[in-house]
Amino acid sequence: MPSTGEAIRTESLVREFGDVRAVDGVDLQIPVGEIYGFLGPNGAGKSTTVHMLCTLLAPSGGRALVAGYDVADQPGQVRLRIGVALQEAALDPKQTGTELLELQGRLYGLSRREIGQRVAELAELIDLGDFLNRLIGTYSGGMKRRLDLAAALIHNPEIVFLDEPTTGLDPVSRVQVWSEVRRLNQQLGMTIFLTTQYLEEADELAHRVGIIDNGRIVAEGTPTELKRSVGSDLIIARVEGDAERVSSVVKSVPGVLSVESHGNELVIATGNGSAAISPVAVALAGSEVAVRELTLRTPTLDDVFLELTGSHIERADAEEERL
Amino acid sequence: MTTIDHPVPFPAGPVIRARPAGWLRDLASIAGRALRAVPRDISVVIPPVFIALFFFIVNIGTLKNVTSSIPGFNYTSFEMATAILLGVTGVSRAPALVLDVQSKYFDRLLLTPVRRTAILLGHMAADVAVAAVLTVPILVLGFILGVRFHDGPLGVAVFILLASLWSLAFAGFAYAIALKTGNPAAVNSTFLLFFPFLFLTSSYVPRSQLSGWLNTVAGFNPVTYLLGGLRSLVTGTGWQWTQLGEALLAVAIVGLISMTMCFAALRGRVKRG
Repeated sequence: MPSTGEAIRTESLVREFGDVRAVDGVDLQIPVGEIYGFLGPNGAGKSTTVHMLCTLLAPSGGRALVAGYDVADQPGQVRLRIGVALQEAALDPKQTGTELLELQGRLYGLSRREIGQRVAELAELIDLGDFLNRLIGTYSGGMKRRLDLAAALIHNPEIVFLDEPTTGLDPVSRVQVWSEVRRLNQQLGMTIFLTTQYLEEADELAHRVGIIDNGRIVAEGTPTELKRSVGSDLIIARVEGDAERVSSVVKSVPGVLSVESHGNELVIATGNGSAAISPVAVALAGSEVAVRELTLRTPTLDDVFLELTGSHIERADAEEERL
Repeated sequence: MTTIDHPVPFPAGPVIRARPAGWLRDLASIAGRALRAVPRDISVVIPPVFIALFFFIVNIGTLKNVTSSIPGFNYTSFEMATAILLGVTGVSRAPALVLDVQSKYFDRLLLTPVRRTAILLGHMAADVAVAAVLTVPILVLGFILGVRFHDGPLGVAVFILLASLWSLAFAGFAYAIALKTGNPAAVNSTFLLFFPFLFLTSSYVPRSQLSGWLNTVAGFNPVTYLLGGLRSLVTGTGWQWTQLGEALLAVAIVGLISMTMCFAALRGRVKRG
């Protein structure tokens, strides 16, 4: 890899589909060895960005360097250095797991001995046992995901793109993938670009998180930094009717840093939630609206997303699905 | 499901890294995969051979006596070329390629450094091998029924080669549709080309016996010349260079058209724009 110290760098990266600008000027700088979480709702531009970075799509504008090579001008060099597990496990049901991994190895130029070594290592990693010699068409969804991950790793890539690697997996399999992602990063030093719509996943794994919405990066930082940006503690009040009507009442409570209203929900940022929750409750009780629910918690990345975009990431997903 | 809670041993030696495999190795790897899939997808190759053997026998039973008045005419030898073309025309891995596109496995291949042309040519190399193998049972039946090649094993080899090249030329249309549409139903529609190619020609009787309009159409059908070349190996004496040359030219023209179409479709499919 050219010694830039950066695994991925994009400058004003754009991708258009007709009149739709799916990715709209994305700038990324991801150092070697980092797990970068790319967070956003469905349709935000995550997968399109990944498809450009892994050379499946050409950018409409801007520039992207992966492992120091331009994805538009030197896609072959990029492909030698990356491993990709796309959102849907891209496997051939008519091959066995072993055959698929061996074919991957041959296409990456590995020798017969190297392929044997890597298949043995990956077989232990993905723990498929005898299933590795059965047709992939007989695998469960979780087994396919694990094999897909192994196929992405056969050539020891410098950078691994994992596009929503746990979508559709059960909680046990999800934790298993998290464990593997950490191991790849810590033991093998791989840079990992992880797209996800699960806030917990980004929080759990990523050194840094970029939040994308409508094709633009709206925030970037460590999970701690991002969460701190919305306050130390959050008091969430759900009220009957429009929460905006009582926003000014709560703002005047001592200890409250900021108040945002979203529909029937008030998000109250405070430096010390346990001290502020009683005065907030009293203030709301004396207001003209009925309080249905009052909760105190530390901020999550969803709160960051809410503050930046005005909607919860899960709701944005649901709206996307309705469309 | 078990969880991974154990450290996986990592090689102490130099780290294995990817490197370009080379075009020929890419081609062999893709062809090997396509060939491995054939016995697992045997239903794709059994019907054409069955149809070829069936019509070989039925046509001999039906038309041998009708053509017996033609001096020096051996209908069994004449009909074997038709049987071979019935067996190998339309045999390809194009439907499997469509499934690769649909299952996104095609994208997985594109994510590797494999040469894009090797993906297509690897499938085609496998098709040629499969077509060559499919000629064997038809040839065996022909030998049993008394067909003889006047130029011995070399004649047999040329016969198989011509049939396999034709199979490849015809398969080009299926690959073009597969790569252009990614739709299995559209690929199956390639079968519509099968009828004019195989039946608007001298498939069942010599061209001299065809009625006026059909004889005219047969003159424009490349399969007429292919059949002529194939039959020259079993009905004539010595190498009939003119007929063999016309057969090769006919296959080359069809192949040029179909390959132009399918490589254009490949460019469209792998275009990243």
